Amino acid sequence: MNVTANDNNTMITVRNLSKTYSRKGVGEPALQNVSLAVKAGELFGLIGPDGAGKTTLFRILATLLLPGEGEATVCGLDVVTRWREIRARTGYMPGRFSLYQDLSVEENLAFFATVFSASIKENYELIRDIYVHLEPFKNRRAGKLSGGMKQKLALCCALIHRPDVLLLDEPTTGVDPVSRVEFWDMLGRLKQQGIAILVSTPYMDEASRCDRIALMRSGRCLATGTPARICQSYKRPLYSVRSSRMYPLLGHLRSWAGAHSCYAFGHSHHLALKDSATDIASLETYLKEKGYTDALIQPVEPGVEDCFMELGND
Amino acid sequence: MYVIETDKLTKRFGGFTAVDRISFRVESGEIFGFLGANGAGKTTAMRMLCGLSAPTSGKATVAGYDVYRKSEQIKKHIGYMSQKFSLYADLKVWENIRLFGGIYGLSPKQLARKTDELLHALHLDGERDTPVNALPLGWKQKLAFSVAIIHEPAIVFLDEPTGGVDPVTRRQFWELIYDASARGITVFVTTHYMDEAEYCHRVSIMVDGRIEALDKPPALKETYHAANMNEVFQSLARKATRGGV
Repeated sequence: MNVTANDNNTMITVRNLSKTYSRKGVGEPALQNVSLAVKAGELFGLIGPDGAGKTTLFRILATLLLPGEGEATVCGLDVVTRWREIRARTGYMPGRFSLYQDLSVEENLAFFATVFSASIKENYELIRDIYVHLEPFKNRRAGKLSGGMKQKLALCCALIHRPDVLLLDEPTTGVDPVSRVEFWDMLGRLKQQGIAILVSTPYMDEASRCDRIALMRSGRCLATGTPARICQSYKRPLYSVRSSRMYPLLGHLRSWAGAHSCYAFGHSHHLALKDSATDIASLETYLKEKGYTDALIQPVEPGVEDCFMELGND
Repeated sequence: MYVIETDKLTKRFGGFTAVDRISFRVESGEIFGFLGANGAGKTTAMRMLCGLSAPTSGKATVAGYDVYRKSEQIKKHIGYMSQKFSLYADLKVWENIRLFGGIYGLSPKQLARKTDELLHALHLDGERDTPVNALPLGWKQKLAFSVAIIHEPAIVFLDEPTGGVDPVTRRQFWELIYDASARGITVFVTTHYMDEAEYCHRVSIMVDGRIEALDKPPALKETYHAANMNEVFQSLARKATRGGV
């Protein structure tokens, strides 16, 4: 991909980045030739499961880990040589909750403001929208907050020095679906302030909340682009199939001659066909023969999760 | 036969009621989804059902044993697995099986037989001496689940077993759940993936310590005029008033 570091709108660039952790002399590549760029005001998602390399990439960008090969810049500054300046302009929320559990909500926020020579008062506008959820509990110890509330506090602490770049490593993991929606709503409002946001998630359904995404697996980028563009690149005909007997249906669909792959998707199964010439009427006949009298077959638009599984299959 | 039966089961911490008079029954072989927002009381309820925390009031039996008086018996007749803690990464595959089998009370003879059976069923025969941290995540998951049911418990508790797992592995894991259920093992599972709620036979949703809804997924969707379980969850969990707990 083409990445121009000199574009003054580009806040994060990653070029052909690789990283190998040497463990007992055995090299396991955590990142392999990853490239991406994030602009000011852009919400960019790294979508992938554990072991995809997301945390390694964040730690390199947060100047906590040296790159192996390739290069990376944040705010146009090289992560190896200009780390001090980068740290002053970046808000980093690690995957593991890393605030002070024994300090209260308010004390944590004041601490992080002080470390960056800022004050809660001067930047309150930026966090107000999020902090109102926390204000009723401002005297509670951070360790006693629920998962969703902890993440909101961590976001406030990452924002309190008004950074140009936000690095959020799996902020919604282990957080319930309602709090997740709220969290993404907040990110949507933050990017309007011009902050470049790089955020990772293992939840495929959250990809649609991002402007652009990179699908990652085992240290590699499988695809990069807008969620819509990535979904358009899915080439196989895809059908949703359901009946009253869902679990046996999965096995029968997989053994059908026209099936490329079939996966459970909530209340229906998604069936990808081997080629577009396949007549779907033959599937109806096949299912009737197998005793499914109530099977409902409908074409369905592929989502990011369909794309991820198809790319991972290669 | 009911594998779990609770009647007004309650847990209070000081003035705070974490679990508020929950009553429900889970049948043998059922896949029971136990959903709720963070702080709704799921973990506290699960700890009581696993015999790890004494209730404040109410009744409950698990695998036929009373949670107040027979908590040690309960621990022998249940399995437990979570994404956060399941296997010892530095131990070899066989050592993990040996450790958990021993904890669950298997005799050396049973252990030897079970170890072979399990490795064969998982196609891990060649990985007996591999440290667990060198296995791909999908294999680790399958091994963790198999180890959690190595003593053929009446019920297995799965606490967010698929968090952070890739989409294909997540689906394969659910196929293991179906197999266990078909063998008569009751599965009690929590998850934040709402598509997985659709795979449960019945689902309960906790809000502020109480069970607000409990039914089969199609019935819940009808009751709450929702297209999917995510909408059901969103409409119920938004009623919560004790968010900061």
